[in-house]
Amino acid sequence: MDHQTNGDMTTEETIRGSFLSKHLGLKIALFLIAWFLLYRQLLPLARFISYDLIGLQLESHLGSAVEFFLYDTPKVLMLLVLVVFGVGVLRSFITPELTRQILAGRRESTGNVLAALLGVVTPFCSCSAVPLFIGFVTAGIPLGITFSFLISAPMVNEIALVLLFGLLGWKVAALYFITGILIATIAGWTIGRLKLENHVEDWVRELQVNQAAMPDNRQSWEERIRFGIDAVQDIVGRVWLYVVIGILIGAAIHGFVPENFMAGIMGKSAWWSVPVSVVIGIPMYTNAAGIIPVVEALLGKGAALGTVLAFMMSVIALSFPEMVILRKVLKPRLIATFIAVVGAGILVVGYLFNLII
Amino acid sequence: MKIQILGTGCAKCKKLAKNAETAAQELHLEYELVKVTDIQEITAFGVLMTPALAIDGQVKLSGKAPSVKELKGLLST
Repeated sequence: MDHQTNGDMTTEETIRGSFLSKHLGLKIALFLIAWFLLYRQLLPLARFISYDLIGLQLESHLGSAVEFFLYDTPKVLMLLVLVVFGVGVLRSFITPELTRQILAGRRESTGNVLAALLGVVTPFCSCSAVPLFIGFVTAGIPLGITFSFLISAPMVNEIALVLLFGLLGWKVAALYFITGILIATIAGWTIGRLKLENHVEDWVRELQVNQAAMPDNRQSWEERIRFGIDAVQDIVGRVWLYVVIGILIGAAIHGFVPENFMAGIMGKSAWWSVPVSVVIGIPMYTNAAGIIPVVEALLGKGAALGTVLAFMMSVIALSFPEMVILRKVLKPRLIATFIAVVGAGILVVGYLFNLII
Repeated sequence: MKIQILGTGCAKCKKLAKNAETAAQELHLEYELVKVTDIQEITAFGVLMTPALAIDGQVKLSGKAPSVKELKGLLST
């Protein structure tokens, strides 16, 4: 940029900027209208293809499996695109550095709740769990509050919520959100009470980290929208296959597994099914996108909601690869405590829902 | 200049390294690209999210792998 024309350039840029964002607003509005129109046509379209075009028998096994697949796949993918975009734009405002600044100096309890909530909206990937953990702890954030964040960030995420909403309705999605935040808050608080600070690896505690200054996070709306689009490309590009495979398995269960087949194994009457579900869920590692369509189909075959929810939370929140990553900074006893406390929280949630619903 | 890519080897880290390399070459910079994969070294930079990019020891971005075009802007300032 030439220094002499600096003044003129800025005004020119603002004008162009506002024109562009107007244009951008229009594009987004058009996209939303097209989205809603298409979304509303999905069910009739799936019915038309299954019964008129392919000519399957209404109410037949194959018919209902095909209809389920043709309706739920585009529905879930469309919801994902919309929500991931929205959350992407939201996340362009919230950097992990900002979250750390908010959490530093908080007292426990309120800090735990706040950390659990911020875990939902702060950009997080389990591959950066270690630098994040160290960054939090060395900034003086209590161990328990750091754990509240680390539990909630992978467990309560927009992908799980979208799939639950799309396949099981808003009530189950809301239940999952609330209980997820509760588990993260209480488990983190408990870990804080246990005074396990000396079970963090020694090199971490001896580390002298120069606190990097808050990066400049001023961005134009255009950049934030771009950030949202990137998030869609990245996340939907990564999970769509899991969604399709999950729904395919779900569709097969829908069409071919007899009613009440799951009642004996995952039903309310089997008291042992909740702990067994949690234990089976730990080594299983898939993302929410793959597991929820299967879970939905199991519910339709007599599995109890609490058991299924416990299974799902265990698969998502207690994953083996993440434990391996965290092992670099945590001693085995702290990892074991982490698994035990979170596992206990999930158990309580499972039994609670089986009891009240 | 010294370009450091901080990351433990995730897909995004590789993409960032590749894009930074391309950007530096297209700008005809005299550069040295180093991948920092040791977790203790990475944390010493104070970054919270990988991948991150540092120029001459100064962290310029973290948690994303921008396009070659964006990286060119970053490298040329």
